[in-house]
Amino acid sequence: MEQLVQTLGSEGTKMVVGLIAVIALVSVNALFLIWMERKVAAHMQLRPGPMEVGWHGCIQTIADAIKLMGKELITPEDVDRPIFFLAPIVIFLPVLLSFLVIPFSSSWIIRDMNVGLVLILAFSTLGVLAILMAGWASNNKYSVLGAIRSVAQNIAYEIPLLVTVMSVILMVGSFKLTDIVAAQSGCWFILTQPLAFILYIICGTAETNRAPFDIPEAESELVAGFHTEYSGMRFALFFLAEYTNMLIVAAVATVLFLGGWKGPFLPEVIWFLIKVYAVIFLMMWFRWTFPRVRFDQLITFAWKILIPLALVNLLITALVMKLR
Amino acid sequence: MMTYFKDILSGFYSLLAGMAVTIRYFVKPIVTVQYPRQKIEMTPRYRGYPQLIVDPETHTHRCIACEMCSRICPSQLIHLEGTKFPGEKQKRATKYIHEHQYCSLCGLCTEVCPTGALEYSKEYRLAGYRREDAVIDHLVLLQHRQYAAGLPVTSIPTEAEIAAAIAEEAAAKEAKAKAAEKAKAKEAPAAEVKE
Repeated sequence: MEQLVQTLGSEGTKMVVGLIAVIALVSVNALFLIWMERKVAAHMQLRPGPMEVGWHGCIQTIADAIKLMGKELITPEDVDRPIFFLAPIVIFLPVLLSFLVIPFSSSWIIRDMNVGLVLILAFSTLGVLAILMAGWASNNKYSVLGAIRSVAQNIAYEIPLLVTVMSVILMVGSFKLTDIVAAQSGCWFILTQPLAFILYIICGTAETNRAPFDIPEAESELVAGFHTEYSGMRFALFFLAEYTNMLIVAAVATVLFLGGWKGPFLPEVIWFLIKVYAVIFLMMWFRWTFPRVRFDQLITFAWKILIPLALVNLLITALVMKLR
Repeated sequence: MMTYFKDILSGFYSLLAGMAVTIRYFVKPIVTVQYPRQKIEMTPRYRGYPQLIVDPETHTHRCIACEMCSRICPSQLIHLEGTKFPGEKQKRATKYIHEHQYCSLCGLCTEVCPTGALEYSKEYRLAGYRREDAVIDHLVLLQHRQYAAGLPVTSIPTEAEIAAAIAEEAAAKEAKAKAAEKAKAKEAPAAEVKE
């Protein structure tokens, strides 16, 4: 261990250990979230969900993963090969990188960057590029339609997301995520900016292509949207990226609005995880309550309602900050 | 302008109302009956496969092996044999097999039985791995039900017993026939003498 610290330096060691921890977290999280999604969906529909494999179906995800690993990787004929192969990787890597700056507790951050929040927002935009790559390279008109709709949706919902986050940053004065958590020592930002919280959750749900905004995946409309032509482990990577994206959105929501890792008795990491999974439960609750919005309703909602509301929120925050 | 804000507020309220519905359903107990592990009670008039009734007085079945059910079954699925045992008034079934894999549950066998020996059972868990698992031996099932109810079990006669019973009946018949002949022969000379 000391040799490792000597060769890499303390920052380097932190990065290596953190990288391993993050990969472990992402895998366990996907395992847990897929099971949780199926159970939440089931109980909201008055049925038991997976019950066979393991106690109340908790090993079901492993069984699904083994099944997916055994599937044949079919590559259709006229696909654009390099782009087709790269798309699942490009969608997964930025999300993994966003974990660099998330504060799991007061000392557990891999790298406490000055521009932490901007990094996360920038990397979530790269996911759009990957969706476009996947849809275009698939040589399938339905995939292209799904990809085009997804790009429009992502770009449209990023604007209110950024403006909403801006109004929280105005109150804190820095992009560093640890500073944001520290600024909530008196009162959580969800109480001082409830409208921002609602807007952030809606935009976050739209950013991860989750119902009711899941037109790009549109399970019953465009076969499977942009990832129609992907089979086996490639599809599993898209799936994994979606659930990890959910985790990132929920983590940022916790840091920005719910006071990060602060809490009375339990260790800080536990509080952080409790809050993150509460936000994820909220996103799952949305999925099983609301029907999918039509594409024009989706775009109208973003441009005509969310952006004005976000701007109004920013204006009011700025006025209050100035007049204090 | 005002409608814009009113729409936003009423829309938001409707979202919350929808979420309230789902969370109420989330905490309700599930309605699924998890089939192989849990059993539900069927309604009284449910029609399962036809089975022999356990008569409340004699504690055994009422089948007299008349083969009406066998003849009326549209798919000829009932196979039964019966014989008259010495000391009893009527025939008794010694084998009652019905091939349930082809049964159409028409209920004709239940209706036509002259002694009312058949009823519809309430059993619905009939899944099996082979076609032969669906062949039902009703006398054995009757024994299971009698055992479960704590009643004396009706024994199924073996081949030897059946053969012995048939032989005894045949012997008894012959003896009766001989006695009738003798009685006739005795009357005949008396009638001749009278003549």
